[in-house]
Amino acid sequence: MALELKSISVSFGGVMAVSEVSLALEPGRVTGLIGPNGAGKTTLFNVVSGIISPNSGRVILDGHDLTSTPPHRRARRGVARTFQRLELFGSLSVLDNVRVAAEIAGRERPDVVAANLLEQVGITGRADSVAADLSTGSARLVEVARALAIQPKVLLLDEPASGLDEDETLRLGRLLRGLAADGLAVFLVEHDMELVMDVCDVLHVLDLGRLIASGSPDVVRRDPAVVQAYLGVA
Amino acid sequence: MLALLDVDKLLTFTIIGLSTGAIYAIIAAGLVVTYTTSGIFNLAHGATGMLAAFTYWQFRFAWGWPAPVALVVVLLMLCPLFGAATERFIMRGLKGTTEVIRLTVTVALFAGMLGLANWIWPPDGSRVAFRRFFEGNTVPLGGINVSWHRVITLACAVLVAAALRYIMFRSRAGVTMRAVVDDRDLAELNGGRPDRVAMLAWALGAGLAGLAGVLLAGEQQLNIEPLVLLVINAYAAAILGRLRSLPWTFAGAALLGLLDSYYLGYLDGRIIPSTMFGFSLNGLRASIPIIVLFIALVAMPVSRLRVGAVRFREKHREPVWSTSLLGAVLLVTFVIAISGMLTRANTLLAINGFVFAIAALSLVPLTGYAGQLSLAPMTFAGLGAIAMAKLPGNGSILTLAGAILIVAGIGAIVALPALRLSGVYLALATAAFAVLVSKLVFNQRQTFQTGNIDVPTLAIPFVDIGSPRSRLILLSVAFAVLGLCIVALRRSPLGRRLIALKDSQAAAATLGMNLTATKVAAFAISAGIAACAGALVGDKVSPQQYDFLQSLPVVLLAVVGGVASVAGALLGGMLLGGSLVLVILAPAMTNISKVLPGAIGITLGRNPSGASEQIAENFRALAGRWGLISVAVAGGTGVWFLANRGIISNWSFVFAIAVWTLGVVPNLPALAERFDRRTVSAGIWLAAGMAAAAFIDWGTAVGSSGWRLLVLIAVVFTIGPIGERLLDRSPRVRPGSPDAIGLTDDLTPLEVEDAERRIGVVL
Repeated sequence: MALELKSISVSFGGVMAVSEVSLALEPGRVTGLIGPNGAGKTTLFNVVSGIISPNSGRVILDGHDLTSTPPHRRARRGVARTFQRLELFGSLSVLDNVRVAAEIAGRERPDVVAANLLEQVGITGRADSVAADLSTGSARLVEVARALAIQPKVLLLDEPASGLDEDETLRLGRLLRGLAADGLAVFLVEHDMELVMDVCDVLHVLDLGRLIASGSPDVVRRDPAVVQAYLGVA
Repeated sequence: MLALLDVDKLLTFTIIGLSTGAIYAIIAAGLVVTYTTSGIFNLAHGATGMLAAFTYWQFRFAWGWPAPVALVVVLLMLCPLFGAATERFIMRGLKGTTEVIRLTVTVALFAGMLGLANWIWPPDGSRVAFRRFFEGNTVPLGGINVSWHRVITLACAVLVAAALRYIMFRSRAGVTMRAVVDDRDLAELNGGRPDRVAMLAWALGAGLAGLAGVLLAGEQQLNIEPLVLLVINAYAAAILGRLRSLPWTFAGAALLGLLDSYYLGYLDGRIIPSTMFGFSLNGLRASIPIIVLFIALVAMPVSRLRVGAVRFREKHREPVWSTSLLGAVLLVTFVIAISGMLTRANTLLAINGFVFAIAALSLVPLTGYAGQLSLAPMTFAGLGAIAMAKLPGNGSILTLAGAILIVAGIGAIVALPALRLSGVYLALATAAFAVLVSKLVFNQRQTFQTGNIDVPTLAIPFVDIGSPRSRLILLSVAFAVLGLCIVALRRSPLGRRLIALKDSQAAAATLGMNLTATKVAAFAISAGIAACAGALVGDKVSPQQYDFLQSLPVVLLAVVGGVASVAGALLGGMLLGGSLVLVILAPAMTNISKVLPGAIGITLGRNPSGASEQIAENFRALAGRWGLISVAVAGGTGVWFLANRGIISNWSFVFAIAVWTLGVVPNLPALAERFDRRTVSAGIWLAAGMAAAAFIDWGTAVGSSGWRLLVLIAVVFTIGPIGERLLDRSPRVRPGSPDAIGLTDDLTPLEVEDAERRIGVVL
């Protein structure tokens, strides 16, 4: 078990954004998290990466309680993420975006690490452009490469395929499977159902802050509660 | 015990305290209203009050208008108009810029208003006194007599509180205002007009600032500095209200007023001695609001990491070693070349320019790279000057190193409590630190004992640095070396971290970066560089040179020059030094020079990357083309040679070198590209321009130095751009349809967002 969430609840003002959510991420697996807009997916990501603290519940990584650990120490323990609204370092070059992450993680030859990772996610030839000039699709891939540069155990991806074209999405899917095969626990929030069904080993469905279904993609797909809440068809 | 129970005394000081607090409350309320509705923290808020007080004085006492008329004209007409115009013509253009730019623009406004007041109402002129309302009249209250002015002040605060409550909760405008505060976009979608609301808020804020200014001037007379610094006390009150809550702001203001008057009545000289361990505590009373501000800032809850990076319009590039080294060598060579031609006065001015440039340079890593605004560079420079003068070694390199280390350490310590803050709160904390140091450190016998100290010149073995000329050269070398250090920093892992900190704190933290440690490093480096600006002065210095108000133009011009680049710092420093040059050359321009920095600064909304970036754009085509660079250098050397041999006059040298550098050199790449009718005619035009610049004796052709400068600017901006037009180097927008660039499908919303960002549409 890489990462465990135990009855996480978050409320903003009077609104329960996330309510009593428990789930576990395992090494070598891609775990999907889906749900309609406003279901609480990004809030849950923010809880895991430490940007917001939950009102109750615990975040546990490899047996260590991280619930009150600041974001940068969580990252050093192996939690990395990307952002739904892009958070690239806009004034740095594409290569430096990844390199600075490798440097923060204290890796040897950060420039080589960065160049290899860019190749791995399929960004070639744009290493020297300023990150702010990238298209949304490429920027998302750079965020993935940057997150990988700190050699995480758990990788949180917030809608990595939005803005990607079909080829890029396919390549992203293969990349995620490859990362899982290397032993990474991947946590994926995504609206592209084809990608989700394709790459996820386990799927959780969040609606109005509650987990309404969990299981393999095939099981979840046929769950009547999911069909009702998510697809809006009875 | 009995003394404490003296009811009359307690009542007296309570009323004095509350009426002081009432003034703080009025000004702070205006600050909160403008900040919440427009998101811009107006550092010039106090200056608005100051100008209003002076204007009121002009009408009421200089021209003898009746008080009600003067009040209505100033508070209900001029102030609101001024506030609305400020919002409409200056602040509205600042959307999509960083907090640094937004704050700097208000600093510019501050500087401009300060200059304007000094211009219209010179401080040395004797004036008719500013009398209180109903001077001499008192009301008996519980056994003591309270002046009408105080009663009116208190009544104003109560009225303002009631009126604000009514406006915010009952009036349509107020409800829209609150809607805009809660969610600007949503309010706009629902038919609210945030811009108009912001304009209204600025009008209201300026009116309140004016009221506070007039009331305060009645208490303290018309002095520019206390009136503008009043705003710092108001910051403290506003911060106690977390910049949102008006009731807490009022409570905070009352607390500050009471603390001040009880200190005066009960503690000063009795419980708290006037000296302690040999240090004077004279500045303590004036520091109370600042200490409260500091405590309130430090007690603020840590701001949450903001997710959803805003995309800014500023663009900065990583400096390249070859260009940087070339620039450093050229700078020093140029200074050595012209230093022999300068008069003593001009040499001293150029020295000053370099001192400012180094102070501005200290902001490059902190503000330009890491995005943290400091309003105290000159304070650190002052500490550097003291350290250089007091440390043993009499100005040796080791003394300098010691001074840098000590001040860097102080910078890190000061930064620590302030680090949990960001943006405007951090800037305020540094302002509070600057004022505190001025009031409690710089006035000690142990620092500036007799009002000024002698900072020894840096002693370099085998080099004699005594004359102003050699000091100038030393400073240019120091700037070049420090500039190269900054370039090295920017290209190092730490430099990349600083940029990451500025661009996205959320991403930096979730990648494992310790934001606090990185910010401390930025502060320490910045303080260390600022220390050099003080330590390398090599002259007598006085505490006034390192006052908080002296930091403002440095910050301002650093940002105007381009705070993310070494060239920008140089340009900013020289502009600041240059505005002084203007004063020396042309006494008639003294007044213009006072408002100049402010006037330049408020245009930042148009060009947030800074002037150096814009100028650099012109020279970018030269990068890596060493042949052309040698031609450029050779031309400059040739002009210098002509002047040095006395073939052309000094003024002709200034004209020729300016035309060559700014007019001809940027056109060299296009000139060298091909040989046709266009290049030949452009070449002839530029050559003729150079000849005119070099061989007309501008010293006799144009009467005064001020006019010569204006003519110089006109000449440079005629020759260069016309040459450019002849070469057709200016970019043109090509007409074209989406089909022409191969666009066949509809754009997705994300692509639209992307496109809008690229063309600079603010979302």
